[in-house]
Amino acid sequence: MLSDAASVLLATLRDVLPIAALIICFQLLVLRQPIPHLRRLIVGGVYVVIGLTLFLIGLEKALFPIGRMMAAQLSDPAFLGGTDAVIDGGWTAYGWIYLFAALIGFSTTIAEPSLLAVALKASEVSSGVVSQWGLRITVALGVALGISLGTFRIVTGTPLYVYILAGYVIVVGQTMVTPKRIIPLAYDSGGVTTSTVTVPIVTALGLGLSEAVPGRNPALDGFGLIAFASLFPIIAVMAYAQLAHFLADRRAKRR
Amino acid sequence: MRKSSAIVLSQVVLRKLWVSLKDLLPIILVIAFFQIVVLRQPLPNLMEVLSGSLMVVLGLMLFVEGLEMGLFPIGEAMAHALARKGSLFWLLTFAFLLGFSTTVAEPALIAVSGEAADIAAQGNLIPSKKEFLENYALGLRLSVAVSVGIAIVIGVLRILRGWPIHLLIIGGYIMVMLMTVIAPEEIVGIAYDAGGVTTSTITVPLVAALGVGLATIIKGRSPLVDGFGLIAFASLLPMIFVMGYGLIVF
Repeated sequence: MLSDAASVLLATLRDVLPIAALIICFQLLVLRQPIPHLRRLIVGGVYVVIGLTLFLIGLEKALFPIGRMMAAQLSDPAFLGGTDAVIDGGWTAYGWIYLFAALIGFSTTIAEPSLLAVALKASEVSSGVVSQWGLRITVALGVALGISLGTFRIVTGTPLYVYILAGYVIVVGQTMVTPKRIIPLAYDSGGVTTSTVTVPIVTALGLGLSEAVPGRNPALDGFGLIAFASLFPIIAVMAYAQLAHFLADRRAKRR
Repeated sequence: MRKSSAIVLSQVVLRKLWVSLKDLLPIILVIAFFQIVVLRQPLPNLMEVLSGSLMVVLGLMLFVEGLEMGLFPIGEAMAHALARKGSLFWLLTFAFLLGFSTTVAEPALIAVSGEAADIAAQGNLIPSKKEFLENYALGLRLSVAVSVGIAIVIGVLRILRGWPIHLLIIGGYIMVMLMTVIAPEEIVGIAYDAGGVTTSTITVPLVAALGVGLATIIKGRSPLVDGFGLIAFASLLPMIFVMGYGLIVF
């Protein structure tokens, strides 16, 4: 157990080292200034490394095994009511999986540290107009919808690129009509959601599902869920901005 | 009577732990619901799960604390200092190196490249020998790291020059769509995942702080509108580069 913890710590340190080296080099060699608030920075850095290490170890101990196990259990033909029922029922037999996918997509996004960081910055920079929880819940809803749709795709076996292209077309269309101020944040939200917590669980769900559903190829199908998880938040955040803008306009017109 | 500083400190820590717990509550509830109500099975290894969950809550709390104490301030301080120095070259070099170095060491990317190499070997796209696998995985990592570096550079240039983000992003998406059509099928899934994997828990706050810091210090730029968007590029470009890598290799 201790050696596992040590290896995670080393991996995290290895992750942090290039950035630390870069910052130190630039501050001292290029800018030729002493590093500001050095003590706070070091303490903060230590917190980040230890915090991330604990986080990752805890995920490996608790969350991922359960996530994988649940993905396997929910797509087990025995659970779904026997193989015959699965083939006859078609995609409707997998109701629990869509629900689970939606809920797990929502909850892993809420827990996602990267999204938390972006939401904190956005809230600070917009002086509270963008609320931290408002952004996170909107993004989480987008991910829930996306992953649910993604599992539907795995079950029905329709090709990935159809959904992705359709999604991109929607995104491009929305971009033209959404209030400009939210666009960069919306696009960033999409990239940020697929991080430490979401990726392993969603990948396990995708692989487990495509192995369990008859006739699917895990290698091709497993990967696609991540793409869904990064696309739909963008649509969700822009839709929310459009809705808020529309409602504000209506209120103004009434007066 | 004045409270002792130990009591005040523990109150602060407890409040932060509670905030961190709130973030993880949805997952706990979802899993509990499904295990107990739907699957109707007892949770195995309950002690492991509980101790693991405690570590996750604690770790998240420390991470957020360290973020606000260290990562955010240094990102903004560097953005301000580099902008004040006035040298475009050093700013862009820093941007590229930030993207490249954080990505190349990214554990998730190393894992994805390894798996991608295995899958390619299984599909008989590359010989199954160890050195071919390693070269393929390394090539994948480097192309992703370079693409993230370039993405951050483009993002910084956008903030400086004030280019509208939607034109760049739409252009990027069109490129991705085009390449999806012409690239070999096996690389497409990995390409899409590479885009998602690159934005790690440490890169994101730093890049966000850099962008917002630059947008704050440069006149005429709004932090909310111009400060974000770097991460979007950093997820988009790897997809294009990995598909390009696939086109070249296969």
